[in-house]
Amino acid sequence: MHKLLSDQRDKKMLLLGNEAIARGAIEAGLAIGATYPGTPSSEISAALFEISHQSDLYFEYSTNEKVALEVAAAAANCGLRSMAIMKHVGLNVAADALMTLAYVGVKGGMVILSADDPFMFSSQNEQDNRYYGKLSGLPVLEPSSVDEAKEMIKYAFELSEKLQEPVLFRTTTRINHSSGIVTLGDIAPVNSSGDFVKDPFSYVTVPAVSRNLHVKLLKHWDEAKSISENSPYNLIEGDGPCGIVCNGISYNYVSDAVKDLGCEEKVKILKIGFSNPMPESTVKNFLKGCEKVLVVEEGEPYMEETVKAFAQEEGSTIPIKGKSPSHFSRLYEYSPALVRKVIAEYLDLAYQPPAIPDMSDVPEIPQRPPNLCAGCSHRATFYIAKQAAAGMETIIPTDIGCYTLGLLPPMSMADFVICMGSSVTTSCGFSKATNKKVISFIGDSTFFHSGIPGLINAVFNNHNFTLFILDNGTTAMTGHQPNPGVDMTLLNQTGFGRVDIEDVVRAVGVKEVTVIQPFKLKKSIEAVKKAFEFKGVSVVISREMCTLYAKSLKLQKGKRYRVSDKCKNHRDCINQLGCPAFFLNEGRVQINPAQCTGCAVCVQVCPENAILPIKE
Amino acid sequence: MNTTRVILVAVGGQGNLLASSVLGEAALLSQIPVRMSEIHGMAQRGGVVESAMVFGDAKSPVISDGEADVLVGFEPSETLRALKKCNNQTVVITNLEPLPPFTVAIGKGVYPDLNELQNLIRAKTARLISIDAVRLAREAGNELAVNMVLLGALIQTEKLPVKAETVKEVIRTKTKQAFVESNIKAFELGFSAAQQKNK
Repeated sequence: MHKLLSDQRDKKMLLLGNEAIARGAIEAGLAIGATYPGTPSSEISAALFEISHQSDLYFEYSTNEKVALEVAAAAANCGLRSMAIMKHVGLNVAADALMTLAYVGVKGGMVILSADDPFMFSSQNEQDNRYYGKLSGLPVLEPSSVDEAKEMIKYAFELSEKLQEPVLFRTTTRINHSSGIVTLGDIAPVNSSGDFVKDPFSYVTVPAVSRNLHVKLLKHWDEAKSISENSPYNLIEGDGPCGIVCNGISYNYVSDAVKDLGCEEKVKILKIGFSNPMPESTVKNFLKGCEKVLVVEEGEPYMEETVKAFAQEEGSTIPIKGKSPSHFSRLYEYSPALVRKVIAEYLDLAYQPPAIPDMSDVPEIPQRPPNLCAGCSHRATFYIAKQAAAGMETIIPTDIGCYTLGLLPPMSMADFVICMGSSVTTSCGFSKATNKKVISFIGDSTFFHSGIPGLINAVFNNHNFTLFILDNGTTAMTGHQPNPGVDMTLLNQTGFGRVDIEDVVRAVGVKEVTVIQPFKLKKSIEAVKKAFEFKGVSVVISREMCTLYAKSLKLQKGKRYRVSDKCKNHRDCINQLGCPAFFLNEGRVQINPAQCTGCAVCVQVCPENAILPIKE
Repeated sequence: MNTTRVILVAVGGQGNLLASSVLGEAALLSQIPVRMSEIHGMAQRGGVVESAMVFGDAKSPVISDGEADVLVGFEPSETLRALKKCNNQTVVITNLEPLPPFTVAIGKGVYPDLNELQNLIRAKTARLISIDAVRLAREAGNELAVNMVLLGALIQTEKLPVKAETVKEVIRTKTKQAFVESNIKAFELGFSAAQQKNK
C-alpha cells in the first residue's frame, strides 16, 4: 500500500511538501486528478498516479496543462472533487480555460494547483501566479508550511464547493520541496460517480449567457471576500505598533526574525494565507493600530498594492514599505537572514549580520553545471546535426526538456527558447525573417504538449526548416512520467493507447520525414544532410530510449568501453562529445566504467579507433 | 529548544537525500521538531544537491549564508563551495574522495588541492573532520554507503540531539532491506572515524 494511504489517524509522518499536498487531496476524497508534469509540482502527481492504482481515485497524465484543467473542470461540473496540478508556467497554457471556467463555475470542489518557482531553480521565469486570481476573479490560497499545506488542501475543496468556483492553490518551491512533520487525518470516501445535469444556458458560454455568468462570478467574488475576512488562514499575531504583512514561506522568515531580534513587543504580524480576495476589513483594522507597515512577500508587490489601496480608502498616510531598493526585491527568493536584516533596519534595531567567512583566499572552484547524462541519446543527435550542418549558417531554436542543456559547450546547440512548443513556431518566424538554415529541437512529450499546432502551421504556411523530434520514450526531465507516445506496457500498465509520432508527423502533411537511430552516427549524418537540403518543412525523428529510463527498466545494454593504448590524445571524444564518463588521468583520457552505458558514440568519433569494448 | 542548522551538500547520486531523510525520521522518532528543504534541480544530470535541515523551534526550513552549525560535504570541492554557509563556530565534516566535475575534464577549471582545501576550511571554521568515506563504505561492503558513513560521523559530533541508536533504528526500518547490514556497518565506521579524529 502507498504510504500516503495510511489510515492511521493522528500518526505523525515526515513528508515532502508535495507528499503532504497529495495526502491532503486523499483526505479530501479527491475523485479525479489530472496533470502535466513540471518541477516543482511533479511529486504530487507521481504520488497520486501511483495511489490511483490502489484506490478509487482516477488520475491521468494529460497532454498539457490546458487539457488537464479541462478534464478536471468537467469532472467538477459532474459534482466530483477534482484537481489539476501544474507548475506556474503551465497555468499560462491553461489560462484560456481558467478565465471562462471562472464564469461557468463548478459543482464539486475543484482545486487548481500552481507551483511557482521564485529564483527559477528549474524554470524559465519566476512569474507570480497570485495575479491569476485577480485576473480570473478566483480565490487564491497560499500555505506557509508543509503541515499547513495538507490542511489547506482540504479547506480549498470545501471553499470551492461553498463558492461553486474553482480555487487556485499557489505554492512555491520552498513549500513543494520542503519536508516537515505532518499529522494524518481521516481519509474521506471517494465519490467517483458523477452526473451531469444539462443546463446549456449556464454552461454554454455564448455572449448572452456569459453576460449573466459574469454577474454570477462577481457575486461569488463578494462571497469570497466575506469568507476571506473570517478565514482561519488570515490571522494576526501580536499587537505592537509596527505592522508586518506576510504570506507563504516568508511568514516563517518573519516569525524567526522577530524572535531572534527579540522585538515581539514592537510588531504585529498579519499572515495572509487566503490572499485573493484580500480580507479588506481585517487589513483595515490591522492598519489602524500601526505606525508603519512592512510587507514581506516574494515575487511581485501583490499584497503591497492592495494594502496601500486599503490604506488610501481609510485616509491613512502611514508609511507602507515592501518592494524598494532599501527593502525587498521583486527578484528571486528571500532568506531568513535577509528578512531579519530588513526588519531590523525598518525597526531601527541593533543587528548582527551573520559572520560569513571571507572567501577571498579560496581558489576558484570548478563549476558543476548539470550536463546531459553519460550515454544520453540527445548528445548523439546534437553531434549528428552539427556534423550535417557543417559550413552552414544556422539558427537553432530549442525547447523545454533535458535537451535544453544542449546550450552548453561543447554542443552549443541552442539559440532560442521561450516556452513549451516554441521551437517549432519560432522556427516558422526565423525562417521567414532570415536566410539562415533553421534547425530546431523538441522532445517527444513537448511535441505532444504543444508542438503539433506549430508543425501544422509550418506545413500550411510552407515554412522552411528542419525539426528534430527527440523521441526518448518518456518525459525524462521531470522524472520519467508517461506521455502519449510512451509504451505503457513497459511499465506494466494496461488500458492505455499509444500515439506514434511518425504517424502524426506524416498525417499533418510533412513530406520529408526521416527516422534515425542516433547511436549510428555515419548513417544518421547522411540521412540528416538530406533532410537539411529539403526546401520546406522536414522532420527528423531521433529515436532512442532515455538512458536513465532504460536503466530503471533494466533495459540498458551491457557493454562498457575503455580507451586503449592506441589513443593519440586528439581528445575529439572530450572536445566534441563531452560525455561525463570521460575524465583525464595524468593528461590521458579515460572512461569511468561505472558511468559508461555502452552507447559507443565515442567509439565512432575517435579518429584512431582507440576506444574498445571491455572484455567482461 | 535550541535550534541546530545542518547543511548537507553532495553531487547528484551520492545519496544525500536518503541521508537527510534518515536523519529527519530519527528526529521524528526522538520527538525533535525538524524542517528540511532540498534543492535538487537536475541532480540526476550531475548537478549539486543541497539539503538544509533545521532542528528545534525555528520555523524556516532554509539556512542563510553564515548560519550553518554543521556542514556535511559528500565531495571535497562541494564542501569548499558551501563554506559560505559556515561561520567560525561551524563544525565541518567532509568526505575526501573527489568527484571532479566535468568542467575539469574539458579543461574549464582546476580541481583544488586537497591539502589546501582542508587548510582553508580549518582556518575559517571551528573544526574539520575529514573522512575517507568511500574507503569506509567499501569496507562496510557497499561503495554507495558514503552517505551512511558521513551520517555516523555527524552523529558522533553530538551537535544534534539525536542518538546513534535511533538513527540505526531508522536505517533498519527505512532503507532497502538488502543494504541494511552494510548501511549500519558504514554508519558505525563513520562514527568511529570521527571519534578517532576527536582524540
